Amino acid sequence: VSAPPDAAPPTGDAPPPDPTDALALLAIDPAGLGGALVRGPADPRRDAWLAALRTAITAATPEAPWRRVPLHVTEQRLTGGLDLVATLAAGRPVAERGLLAEADGGVLVLAGAQRIAATTAAHVGAALDTGATGDTLGGLGGGMGGGHPVRIAVVALDEGRPDDDERAPAGLADRLAFHLDHAHLDHASLPDAVPDTRAIAAARALLPHVTAPDDVIAGLTVTAAALGIASLRAPILALRAARAQAARDGRTTVTVADARRAAALVLAPRATRLPPSEPTDDAPEPPPDGEPPPPDGELPPPPDGEPRQPDDDRAAAPDDRPLDDLLVETARAAIPAGLLALLSAGGPPRTTRQPASGRAGPERRTAHGGRPAGNRPGDPRRGDRLDIVATLRTAAPWQPLRRSGPAPDPDAGTARRLEVRRADLRVRRFVHKAGTTLIFAVDASGSAALARLAETKGAVELLLADCYVRRDEVAVIAFRGARPDLLLPPTRALVRAKRALADLPGGGATPLAAALDAARDLALAVRRRGRTPALVVLTDGRANVARDGTRSRVAGEADALAAARLVRAAGIPALVIDSADRAGRQDPGPQRQAAALATALDARYVALPHADARGVSRIVRAELTGA
Amino acid sequence: MAAPFPFTALVGQDELKRALVLTAIDPRIGGVLALGDRGTGKSTVVRGLAALLPPIAVVAGCPYRCDPAQVRAACPMGCAERHTAAIAPVPVVDLPLGATEDRVVGALDLEKALTRGEKAFEPGLLARANRGYLYIDEVNLLEDHLVDLLIDVAASGENVVERDGLSVRHPARFVLIGSGNPEEGELRPQLLDRFGLAVEVTTPTVIAERVEIVRRRDAYEQAPGAFLARFEPEQAALRARILAARDALADVAVPEARIEDAARLCVALRTDGVRGELTLVRAARALAAYEGADEVTLAHLRQLAASALRHRLRRDPLDEAGSTARVARAVVEVFGPPPEPHAAGNGARDPAEARAP
Repeated sequence: VSAPPDAAPPTGDAPPPDPTDALALLAIDPAGLGGALVRGPADPRRDAWLAALRTAITAATPEAPWRRVPLHVTEQRLTGGLDLVATLAAGRPVAERGLLAEADGGVLVLAGAQRIAATTAAHVGAALDTGATGDTLGGLGGGMGGGHPVRIAVVALDEGRPDDDERAPAGLADRLAFHLDHAHLDHASLPDAVPDTRAIAAARALLPHVTAPDDVIAGLTVTAAALGIASLRAPILALRAARAQAARDGRTTVTVADARRAAALVLAPRATRLPPSEPTDDAPEPPPDGEPPPPDGELPPPPDGEPRQPDDDRAAAPDDRPLDDLLVETARAAIPAGLLALLSAGGPPRTTRQPASGRAGPERRTAHGGRPAGNRPGDPRRGDRLDIVATLRTAAPWQPLRRSGPAPDPDAGTARRLEVRRADLRVRRFVHKAGTTLIFAVDASGSAALARLAETKGAVELLLADCYVRRDEVAVIAFRGARPDLLLPPTRALVRAKRALADLPGGGATPLAAALDAARDLALAVRRRGRTPALVVLTDGRANVARDGTRSRVAGEADALAAARLVRAAGIPALVIDSADRAGRQDPGPQRQAAALATALDARYVALPHADARGVSRIVRAELTGA
Repeated sequence: MAAPFPFTALVGQDELKRALVLTAIDPRIGGVLALGDRGTGKSTVVRGLAALLPPIAVVAGCPYRCDPAQVRAACPMGCAERHTAAIAPVPVVDLPLGATEDRVVGALDLEKALTRGEKAFEPGLLARANRGYLYIDEVNLLEDHLVDLLIDVAASGENVVERDGLSVRHPARFVLIGSGNPEEGELRPQLLDRFGLAVEVTTPTVIAERVEIVRRRDAYEQAPGAFLARFEPEQAALRARILAARDALADVAVPEARIEDAARLCVALRTDGVRGELTLVRAARALAAYEGADEVTLAHLRQLAASALRHRLRRDPLDEAGSTARVARAVVEVFGPPPEPHAAGNGARDPAEARAP
């Protein structure tokens, strides 16, 4: 009965992953499970899920805090430290507890987790690991606030869209037990599903006494490996979920059914490949019903009461694999449909993108380091560095006046105290030389004949080596056939860049206009991140696909030139490397499409054979990066 | 904070554990770089290290943890004049990604400056890591200005602060431990060079090993006290062995021929500078001390060549061929094929040594 891997929808007696399960388990063991990653746009279903979780958790512990961390949270607000403004007002040190410490015993909600700063992710991850805050922000009253207990569940709201590649940092996602997709939230009538308070309290009391049999531990681990999940946190979290599930059902031993539900909830969404197909065909027989799960959180058939041994006939053999098979099958059935399609198509699993830091814009990058460039009024709590000398200089002329006025806090005030007000604060400015991101738009169409494609790849590889030396980021867009492909999002990992290029096949039409549009979009995104984009187009310029996808040389070239002018209007520096063969280039005038393209782009034009790969690399350096 | 997962309870990751033990025996070996997959227990190993190491004697109240036995005149706290000794655990300090420069280097103590008008230095993470370990997870994603700073301090062992009208220098000798996934970004060669040993950490593929990891983790979380007690004998044994190796370190002979061997290997691999052979010999000496050997043998060099050299190869940044394989090849070329496995144990003479005078 082994189903073909792409059989959908997944059914079977496997309990489908149900957000209600995740919710109940999180309420039972919030800190142990780490929390949940919720993917999808902000909408009523997500809000309902969050509200239900909040109800469930506060029902068990009414004083449990619920803290929402905005995207722009400062490091100090997160970890705590000296409250500078309050300190100034009071004239004595006033400590501020960080959000992490405040959330102890409750839930921390990370809004916009796909754009979260690396610092925030690092602090939250460390708190999840150690169960305590690290040290406070230096320079702002050290010695305060470190080592507070932080036993929290984190709910990361990842609103990244499937078509852009923003994702919550992989290091954070790895630490959260549940990865819920928007599709999961779809079929749950959540408000009815909130488990009742006493059940949760009872389960919590039971949880420390729940034991897990060895074969369950082994089964979950094997299942994780079969699904291609490298991280060992996954089976550990799955085991915790299984324990919580056992406690939820009032048992002190984890059963196979618990493990299956945990596998579906924790392991399935992390799958990076489909498990090897069933070696035998005695896979668990799906019951004939195939009806949707009970939406109200009541237990699906198998787990309740006395757990039935699923494979009684084989229980005698000590080295049997039925549990593993069962768990693998369960998890496979629970793999989200979108991921399943991707995996069975042999496509790459969702690769984790590089968690770039300082993504909130150029100001963020320049606040911390670089060459000092004066100061400006500001608030150091935003993460800027206080310029202490300038602050005191600003405050100095006002001292006689302020001392004659009423002291803000007579207890603390002495005649000698310096009166510094918020308006006096000056923060440092830095000039940070923004890094360059080179965007390669590589023509892999049929007209760029295969030999030339190899030459082009050679030139790009040399450029990549050069980028490595200069610490530039590179991105590669390849275009052939119907549309351009972002082969490689901006990265410094050049091994990945090389691999992406090596795998690039040639042949097909030339959608040059669409490629230039994609390159422009990417360049603007790069610029929003505070880096300087530069575009390198390697093409023969013979566009033959119009923007609307129709095959037409005339419309294709016209659209390409129009797209090029848009790139120019955006002020993106560019270089065109003409990969047309010699004969094509020696034709005068209209045949030199790449040259025309360069003109439209206001780009430097280089012909490949004249400039060998090293020459190209030199030109790129001189023209685009100013190095 | 709960006691960390015991170092000796960790399954697998033998190369990483060995590298950490060697740096505990001789901190001068330099840092340890662990490159590999996520969720393979890198952080756990490092955090477990502090609990394993014996506490150190420090000057009470000194933020730089001066050693009372050899107080440095350079200590800005004036430990040289007067001090009382105390015992403190070996610091293992986390440097989080995205930490501000102030926090790492230290800065003017704002609290004192604003409320009392005093100009005082508030030590940063570098000060706290003195005589211990500085751990950077995802070191390959560290911002460039912090990398620059670390490169300088790691080389000089001293943190010089010239900012905010402060002029402070304090000792900052630490073992730098970095971990990261090279798929997500490369390390600058200058920073690579600061790491004495580099190990490759892969997710265990043996199912039984993975199961045992999960089982132990589960046991630890269910009943930390019992779990720690179960491994305490092993922890104590390893601790004693490290201490014994530290004492023995000075007495381990390094024959001239072994130094030549190390140098020949580095020449064959065309590594930059002499840090490669220096680290290799130092690590081999620590390993010999750990194994109770009287002198460094070729077997020690063989075992450590990959750890000490794989990150020092002058490389084509796009070269995908593992540098581990290149080192292994060079080891065979220079030292000859490895001896029979049963002869490679502790104290056995490597037949290839016969060639050397």
